[in-house]
Amino acid sequence: MIPELGHFALILAMLVAAVFGTLSLAGGQQGKAEWIALARPGAQVLWLLVGFSFVCLAYSFYSNDFSVLYVVQHSNSQLPDIYRIAAVWGGHEGSLLLWLLMLCTWMMAVSLFSSQLPDAMVSRVLGVLALIAVGFLMFMLFTSSPFERLVEIPVDGRDLNPLLQDPGLVFHPPMLYMGYVGMSIPFAFSIAALLNGRLDAAWARWTRPWATAAWICLTIGIAMGSWWAYYELGWGGWWFWDPVENASFLPWLVGTALMHSLAVTEKRGLFRSWTIMLSLIAFSLSLLGTFLVRSGVLTSVHAFATDPKRGVFILLFLAVVVGSSLILFAARQGKVRSGGSFALVSRETFLLVNNVLLTTAAAAVLLGTLYPLIIDALNLGKLSVGPPYFNAVFAPIMTPVLFFMVVGSYARWKNDTVADLTKKLRPIAIVSVLLGCTAPLLAGEWSALVAMGLTLAIWIVLASAVQIYRQLKDTVNWKSTPVSYWGMHAAHIGIAICVVGITMVKGYETEKDVRMTFGDTVEVGGYTFRLTGIEEVPGPNYKADRGSVELIKGDRVLRVLHPEKRTYFSSTMPMTEAAIDTRFTRDVYVSLGEKLEGEGKPAWAMRVYHKPFIAWIWVGCLFMAFGGALAALDKRYRKKAAAKVSATDMKGATA
Amino acid sequence: MKKGLIPLGIFVVLLIFLAIGLTRDPHEIPSPLIGKPAPEFTAPVLGKPGETLSKKDMLGQVWLLNTWASWCVACRQEHPLLVEFVKTNPLVIVGLDYKDKEADGLRWLARYGNPYTHTIVDSDARIGIDFGVYGVPESFLIDKAGIIRYKQIGPFTEEALRDKLVPLIKELQS
Repeated sequence: MIPELGHFALILAMLVAAVFGTLSLAGGQQGKAEWIALARPGAQVLWLLVGFSFVCLAYSFYSNDFSVLYVVQHSNSQLPDIYRIAAVWGGHEGSLLLWLLMLCTWMMAVSLFSSQLPDAMVSRVLGVLALIAVGFLMFMLFTSSPFERLVEIPVDGRDLNPLLQDPGLVFHPPMLYMGYVGMSIPFAFSIAALLNGRLDAAWARWTRPWATAAWICLTIGIAMGSWWAYYELGWGGWWFWDPVENASFLPWLVGTALMHSLAVTEKRGLFRSWTIMLSLIAFSLSLLGTFLVRSGVLTSVHAFATDPKRGVFILLFLAVVVGSSLILFAARQGKVRSGGSFALVSRETFLLVNNVLLTTAAAAVLLGTLYPLIIDALNLGKLSVGPPYFNAVFAPIMTPVLFFMVVGSYARWKNDTVADLTKKLRPIAIVSVLLGCTAPLLAGEWSALVAMGLTLAIWIVLASAVQIYRQLKDTVNWKSTPVSYWGMHAAHIGIAICVVGITMVKGYETEKDVRMTFGDTVEVGGYTFRLTGIEEVPGPNYKADRGSVELIKGDRVLRVLHPEKRTYFSSTMPMTEAAIDTRFTRDVYVSLGEKLEGEGKPAWAMRVYHKPFIAWIWVGCLFMAFGGALAALDKRYRKKAAAKVSATDMKGATA
Repeated sequence: MKKGLIPLGIFVVLLIFLAIGLTRDPHEIPSPLIGKPAPEFTAPVLGKPGETLSKKDMLGQVWLLNTWASWCVACRQEHPLLVEFVKTNPLVIVGLDYKDKEADGLRWLARYGNPYTHTIVDSDARIGIDFGVYGVPESFLIDKAGIIRYKQIGPFTEEALRDKLVPLIKELQS
């Protein structure tokens, strides 16, 4: 009964979304007040229906209802409760339902927090979003319903992929999807503005907090995915340039450009075409990511069951949504004229340069991701594009981004001079080059790449520190500084922290693969590791070999690490649970490999890693997200549209 | 208006590629090398400094040349199949570690198992170029006389191993 109710709720949701989407879009266009009035309640009803359906599926999992095919495929009666709930999004159908729930949640948020917006605008925005929801509801109902029943009911389920039985899975996909889907909001605002023909500062101001909110979720989601891969996969890697990772990274790159472009559009009324285009691209890339992941046209370590019928549907959907928005863009291009002008040396220029670079980086990553598919389509064979390509292409593009980031935040709007900028930035540049080039000497072997990475990180931090100092000291009343100003610096410092992490790990990580018997020691990164024992430990739905490894510095035992090798009852593939000791400046990472056949004493393959500063990568991401949150919460976004806030009132406010 | 159409144009091209990608069966692309002698090579053996292996050493037996690399995602998918395959089928497989660092290659084998009788190192891709490898993984079945008989582009699947490779090996070995 419960699964049928869930299915029925989805059908109702599709009808509701189709009707209110069409009416509120048309109402917004023609100014019909009674249709416009449908938008907000419509979105709320839609959220209730989809939420109900989601709860039904979660309940089927919780109650071990193995008459439901999807539950059989992704759960098991021995699966712990928390993973039974997380298993809802452990497969294709449930992931889509989660996608949809996120979309409806964003719509709900727009319907609740949009009192300062004109009703006609809200109506158009929610209309566009509702039509997108219709597409996804059709996709679910026609090709991927999670509520399909089985005639012959199996005794137990096949269990959730052991890789996914981890706290990381509980939070990573919802966060990532929240970000992915959140890009639909700036998209819908842009479509609404294109339909309306009014692409003014007000439109940019309305869009900004939503774009930032989506970007925050995406940032946290990507960071969590990377962290999960790091501790769960047992290879000690944190980024693999896998197609599915790239699919989430592409909207992030474009989203970052979008946030900055919106800032210029709001403050100076410039870059309107850019802003519109970036918002369309960001959401298109989210949809493209969904297509790549769900259709199986690319090989990925995120191996999901693939189905060509689903691929065709998403492709059609992609064609309709992106195609129609690009046609609309082409038709309205003439109206998207940017007023005002700016000098070659100005904040606008530097933001533009960085936006071009970020977009180029996204294009390069997209090319690498799609290259195997393009080569295949041209009958040239099948191949794999790996990290050598991405690292070679990505780093050189991002280096100037880090440099110009600082220059942009120092330059004045509209017009600045090279002489002024040089005067302000020269001391910072000199100090950061000096520090950046000497710091690697302390850490170990000097290398140009490490020196460059550290120089750029110090450059960013110093520049922010100086600006913050000046703001506190020179401003008459520093408390009147907009929150978004602090947000910008927090996010920029976050980037610097992340850069330090990446640079140090790339430059100085050491690792050893060894064969160990009890009592053996291995030395990595100045630490000694001694294997003292391995015991069998039962888990709820697996049994594990649990190693005890002493972490020794000098002659002091710091702690005992417990890497595990788990065998899940439902799967033949053994899983590694790495043991990690995290400190401010380094991680040590032990993972237990196969038991090795050999003469006499039992021996094990062990991998031991020393990873300097790796935690900084994720801490940096948290800083970025925190900065984003400060920026999105700035109180000027909550002011009524009527209360005119002109750009000049916000002295000291920055991108 | 005209300038505004550029993104649409790019998108349409992308759509076409994606659509073709959907219909594509990524296997079965004939190689001009089939039926021709395998290119000569002499290459260092992975993990055994000083040792080399050349085509001459392999004459007189049916063997499979399997290209792989530690950075190759598709290889990770193919690898367990090969590890399983050699347990039940007596086939000599020579791994060609393509455009890879030796340390990475060794680590990869330690991690995922080693189905290879020998693994040779092709860090500068010379051998790969001679064999016309344009992506990894690719595999070549070579007969007793050193003639290439079959080429697998992309990872082996269970079906390809069972339906194509096994019968062909039987035929060539008899």
